[in-house]
Amino acid sequence: MSIARFWRETPRRYNLGGSKCTNCGTAYFPPRSVCPTCARHRESIGKMVPFQLSGEGEVYSFTTVHEPAEGFEMQVPYVLALVRTVEGPMLTGQIVDLAPEEVRIGLKVRATFRKLREEGKAGVIHYGYKFAPVEETAVRPPGGSRTAVGTPATPEGDRAPA
Amino acid sequence: MEAGIVSYGAYVPRYRITPTEIGRVWGADGESMGQSLNVHRKSVPAPDEDTITISTEALRVALIRGAIDPQQIGAIYVGSESHPYAVKPTATVVAQAVGATPHLTAADFEFACKAGTAAIQTCLGLVGAEMVRYGVAIGSDTSQGAPGDALEYSASAGGAAFVIGRDHVIARVEHTVSYTTDTPDFWRREGQRYPSHSGRFTGEPAYFRHETECAHHIMEVAGTTPADYRHVVFHQPNGKFPQRVGKQLGFSESQMRYGLVTPYIGNTYSGAALIGLANVLDHAGPGERILVVGYGSGAGSDAFDLTTTDEIAKFDRSFGRPVQSYLDSGVELSYGVYAKFRGKIHMGGS
Repeated sequence: MSIARFWRETPRRYNLGGSKCTNCGTAYFPPRSVCPTCARHRESIGKMVPFQLSGEGEVYSFTTVHEPAEGFEMQVPYVLALVRTVEGPMLTGQIVDLAPEEVRIGLKVRATFRKLREEGKAGVIHYGYKFAPVEETAVRPPGGSRTAVGTPATPEGDRAPA
Repeated sequence: MEAGIVSYGAYVPRYRITPTEIGRVWGADGESMGQSLNVHRKSVPAPDEDTITISTEALRVALIRGAIDPQQIGAIYVGSESHPYAVKPTATVVAQAVGATPHLTAADFEFACKAGTAAIQTCLGLVGAEMVRYGVAIGSDTSQGAPGDALEYSASAGGAAFVIGRDHVIARVEHTVSYTTDTPDFWRREGQRYPSHSGRFTGEPAYFRHETECAHHIMEVAGTTPADYRHVVFHQPNGKFPQRVGKQLGFSESQMRYGLVTPYIGNTYSGAALIGLANVLDHAGPGERILVVGYGSGAGSDAFDLTTTDEIAKFDRSFGRPVQSYLDSGVELSYGVYAKFRGKIHMGGS
């Protein structure tokens, strides 16, 4: 992907910047300039506003990738999921911080900021959202701040001796 | 000084490796090494984590906890010795990722393990001068030791972010001082993949001298003694040095209890003292005095004399994970997977 294209998509990749129709209330990701849900599309023109998704959602479906895309060789096997966000839009993203065999439909997840790929050893590094499981403290932030919080204390670990 | 910590957040990656496992590969007694260093496990970043992602996660938690509008942030400084780019600031990506751009100043700091505390001092200056409403200081690293080197047993990954401001301060900064000399105890030359160090020289003339001199200096300025502090946090390249320097200075183990996190997650370099401070703030109530003395090789120490305010009782820590949960959890890796994750395996090609 070209640097310019990725740079143009930074607001949505970094911050889940979508859009919302103020005519019917439907949220979109990626953002749309016209609402396809409104019976008369023209009614939404000029009424689409920027809207940030909270990053919270649940796994709608998923697949485990064993033959990786270029740049993902170190992460095999990894899970790619369809995540239904609490605001409605369905996103595709990688599930991290959980073994593939532990991923299940309905799993509560939240967006986390990760490295997506590197353009070789000397090129730019692309960042964006992936999803990590939420099993505790999935609390909506006050004041409309956008980021969800809380990742699980992994059950596998135990405290090292002092 | 009216300025202080308004909010904070910490982040430590999920994976761990033990000194025993590292020693197994290099034919060394890793268990003894871990015991002598007082490091039982160290954190390991996933292949898709680096200083930028760790800094962003820590700051997002801090902004939510403090209910801070990112657009009110006037400065973001990220201290690290493992910035992903040699040229291209970590702080710009972090600022964009938390929604703080474009009306702010941002820069990367570098001073071995104390770049994060240096960033706090800079933010205190900007906030104190009322040039910015909020300044953000982050200490974060994905540090590396050369395979088989003593550093490999402790060098880990993690970070903490502190929002510095004047309103709703949860920990007031009463004093801050520094102690800086030209002491070549640890370095990494341009283009070199792993750092070098001068072995035992990293102890007495470097870590211990700077920590003790800086601690004495701030207590002299503040007119305090170790008994005045409820908590103390030292830089912690391993679990042993801070215990020793604390004892030398006259602090008890109970004063060091929450500030010492390296035994469970390893040395997070620029994040080390700051994650320790975050753990202290996780447990502190109003009116508790805290001494923080960071250290960075090369060499220097920054010290902070803090007092928690009544605001900390209202501070909602339920957002994000407490530091303790990072100390208690983790998924242990074999050395092979660790080497793969850390890019220590030559994959061929360009």
